[in-house]
Amino acid sequence: MTDATANAPARSLFTEDARTKKRNRAEARFRAYGLAAVIVGLLALVMLLVSILSNGMSAFRQTFLTIPVELTEARLDPQGNRDPAEMAAVTTFGYLPVLAQSYIDHVESLGIEHDLSPQAMAAMISGEAPAQLRSLVLEDPSLVGQTVTLRVLVSGRIDGFFKGRVTMASAERDANVTPEQLQLAQALAEVGVIETRFNWSFVTAPDASGQRPEAAGLGVAILGSFYMMLVVLVLSLPIGVAASIYLEEFAPKNRLTDLIEVNISNLAAVPSIVFGILGLAIFINFAGLPQSAPIVGGLVLTLMTLPTIIIATRASLRAVPPSIREAALGVGASKMQAVFHHVLPLAAPGILTGTIIGLAQALGETAPLLLIGMVAFVRDYPAAPPEGLFDPASALPVQVYQWTQRSDPAFVERASGAIIVLLVFLIVMNAIAVLLRRRFERRW
Amino acid sequence: MPLLWLFVIVLALGALGFVLGRQRAIASAGGDARQLHSLPNYYGSNVAILTVVPALMVLAVWLILQPMVIQARVTSLIPEAAIEQIGSRSLVMSDVRRVAEGLDTAVAAGALSEAETRGLSTDETDVRARLGEVGVALGGAVTPEVLAAALRYRALDHTADTLRSGLVIVLAALGLAYGYLRTRQEFRARNSVERAILALLMLASTLAILTTVGIVFSMLFETFNFFELYPWREFFFGLEWRPSFEGGSDLGLIPLLWGTLYISIIALLVSVPIGLFAAIYMAEYAGKRFRAVAKPLIEVLAGIPTIVYGLFALITVGPLLRDYFAQPLGLGTSSSSVMTAGVVMGIMLIPFVSSLSDDIINAVPQSLRDGSYGLGATQSETVRQVILPAALPGIVGAILLAASRAIGETMIVVLGAGAAAALSLNPFEAMTTVTVKIVGQLTGDTNFESPEALVAFALGLTLFVITLGLNVLALYIVRKYREQYE
Repeated sequence: MTDATANAPARSLFTEDARTKKRNRAEARFRAYGLAAVIVGLLALVMLLVSILSNGMSAFRQTFLTIPVELTEARLDPQGNRDPAEMAAVTTFGYLPVLAQSYIDHVESLGIEHDLSPQAMAAMISGEAPAQLRSLVLEDPSLVGQTVTLRVLVSGRIDGFFKGRVTMASAERDANVTPEQLQLAQALAEVGVIETRFNWSFVTAPDASGQRPEAAGLGVAILGSFYMMLVVLVLSLPIGVAASIYLEEFAPKNRLTDLIEVNISNLAAVPSIVFGILGLAIFINFAGLPQSAPIVGGLVLTLMTLPTIIIATRASLRAVPPSIREAALGVGASKMQAVFHHVLPLAAPGILTGTIIGLAQALGETAPLLLIGMVAFVRDYPAAPPEGLFDPASALPVQVYQWTQRSDPAFVERASGAIIVLLVFLIVMNAIAVLLRRRFERRW
Repeated sequence: MPLLWLFVIVLALGALGFVLGRQRAIASAGGDARQLHSLPNYYGSNVAILTVVPALMVLAVWLILQPMVIQARVTSLIPEAAIEQIGSRSLVMSDVRRVAEGLDTAVAAGALSEAETRGLSTDETDVRARLGEVGVALGGAVTPEVLAAALRYRALDHTADTLRSGLVIVLAALGLAYGYLRTRQEFRARNSVERAILALLMLASTLAILTTVGIVFSMLFETFNFFELYPWREFFFGLEWRPSFEGGSDLGLIPLLWGTLYISIIALLVSVPIGLFAAIYMAEYAGKRFRAVAKPLIEVLAGIPTIVYGLFALITVGPLLRDYFAQPLGLGTSSSSVMTAGVVMGIMLIPFVSSLSDDIINAVPQSLRDGSYGLGATQSETVRQVILPAALPGIVGAILLAASRAIGETMIVVLGAGAAAALSLNPFEAMTTVTVKIVGQLTGDTNFESPEALVAFALGLTLFVITLGLNVLALYIVRKYREQYE
């Protein structure tokens, strides 16, 4: 027994002294910091999703105007012999008065009071509507002379009014819309002529110009992204699996294989924009492939996805126990047969999961696509593959970027809506990957 | 012959070879497959590989070389005077190509006959108008030199196409015949097929090297061109970034690098404390159920595409920071700022830091913890004084990897940081980064002869070198640290 212990004041172990209290407080504080960090992280996720969802959900709904349109022969088919070739001479611009007049007449027949000029009335209808009417008439010339009931888009500002983006107060300051137009729209909505409903064409229609946010859709972008994913899948899966098999099963340990390994792990960390520069320099400037084509995007994304697939495939090949290989070799299989007949099928679920996750990454990638010309404004759907792979197209994430660059505030809603579509695709892909892993994962 | 057809023909020959080789092998063993050295399918595959692989390899090489050879032979047709008039050789050549492709389209559409095309001359016909009729838009009127070159280009291209198809088909047929004749009872078909497969596997794995080489060379080459047009000293040490497409631009790297570093530092200041504390909490404190829910949710942040973060910065974080911090403090009125981009990028990096640190903390042996608890340390004391020092090299590696991510990140800064290059300390001011300027200089119609476009390649190379350096350093540190406990 030392003196120190003997001289210490007698106290119970169950009462904390000042120093223990301090240490315990520090412990609690530290723990709280940790919890706070986790909560901040989760909060950031929630904020991100709420911000995108609250801005973007309205993109799936659109305001339509339903009116009877009298297709006057004098304007649409001056010759009167219903020849589509002749009727094509009447441009979209020629259909506008027909539509506007029908609209004005219909409002009058409903007995709604307003003091708008015919021009201001026509401006309430989307610039896309005459084009819609024109293609309808050209498809079926016999409609000319009849009266058809048509549902057309209203202009972006009127649509914004029903979604709460445009108010009477903001319309005062806006050159594109007047409060009187909004009052008329309100009156028409009360009688059901104008209504806001679910809008499929947001997902199917092509992009529209900066003045017609109400008509802009994701059709071309989704198709372009799909084509690119096709190219990525077709190229990166076989190449990635082949490379992994070589590195994991056959490669001798030498400088070359070391070099390859270092290369792969570095490629996985190269900034994506650098791959865009590679694509621009090699695939477009050197090989002469067309700009904005899904094939170029697919090739660039393939190079980016390969390291992901290789790393996943090697991990799942490694997880197959050596006893399987040895058993196969023992009954007389060659090394190649052992790998292809036994190891590869057992590793397949893991490889598939890795591939899907790689594809999901590639789907959301934007920066390299900006450099290879995917930012071009494309309104035509690409043809079916393989020719369609060389047609200009857009891509989902790039479409989002393009819409953020336009001045009309309605495009913020469109961009957020496009992100919702993108996220839905990603969630589906990741869910498939998780399911595959759950269903087929085997522990040895 | 269209490429697709050629491809299909070669594959069909390959399939034929498979069937023939298999039959011949079985026949050579008198109908008894057991007498063969290998399984019958290997004989078939052997013939198929000999048919398809050399033919397709020649096709690939041909496809790469054909445009280069033709270009070289056509260029000599264009007099120097015409080149000086238009500006550069490559611009003239792209005109030539466009006219040649336009003529092809015209012939395909039936607007011109093959013979008419050969007899075209600029004196008699307005080529631009004729091509315009079939929907081929040309920039300017076609000069006689360009038309002559285009006609020559077409002729060479057609000859080359015919030659290519002939050569490839002949090669495939030869391969088929050779393989077929080699097929005998005692032929070691399996070994031969396996060697071929091994070669293909090796080829696939060298693609990673090819990609790196491609990246380095594509950028080195253009960077070299850039430094011929613009002094390298002014690029690396210039304090001004003011590109103008009329020439006489200032293309200094420093302001871009400063913007990049400033944003990355803010991103790390956000992500490292949050990510590290989250990792510590998950590894040391959290119960199993909390961990099972919270860890995947935080990792969802890592799976969200960067364009989503970019939009988040643009429509939510930017206005928020402007209205509640920048304007009340009198620091600026711009919603895109270093702070906006930095904070959002920090959020993006949280899962990156936390999952890497989590792995590293878990790799610290339990014996160290037990030793510390045995001495009476509390949990937090153990973490701070035992686990963190032991895991430090790994955590530094993780932070370096996160920094390299932050420096190379593009979409968040394109949408959140602004486009004006500035050397300023105010975090609420819009600044720009290396990646933003790469996108800016290379998007849209660019002339690859001007320093304003070529600078993007020099920027890309700089970016590549910096991130590569950080990655190599980080991997080195992490690897070295792992060895300590294994």
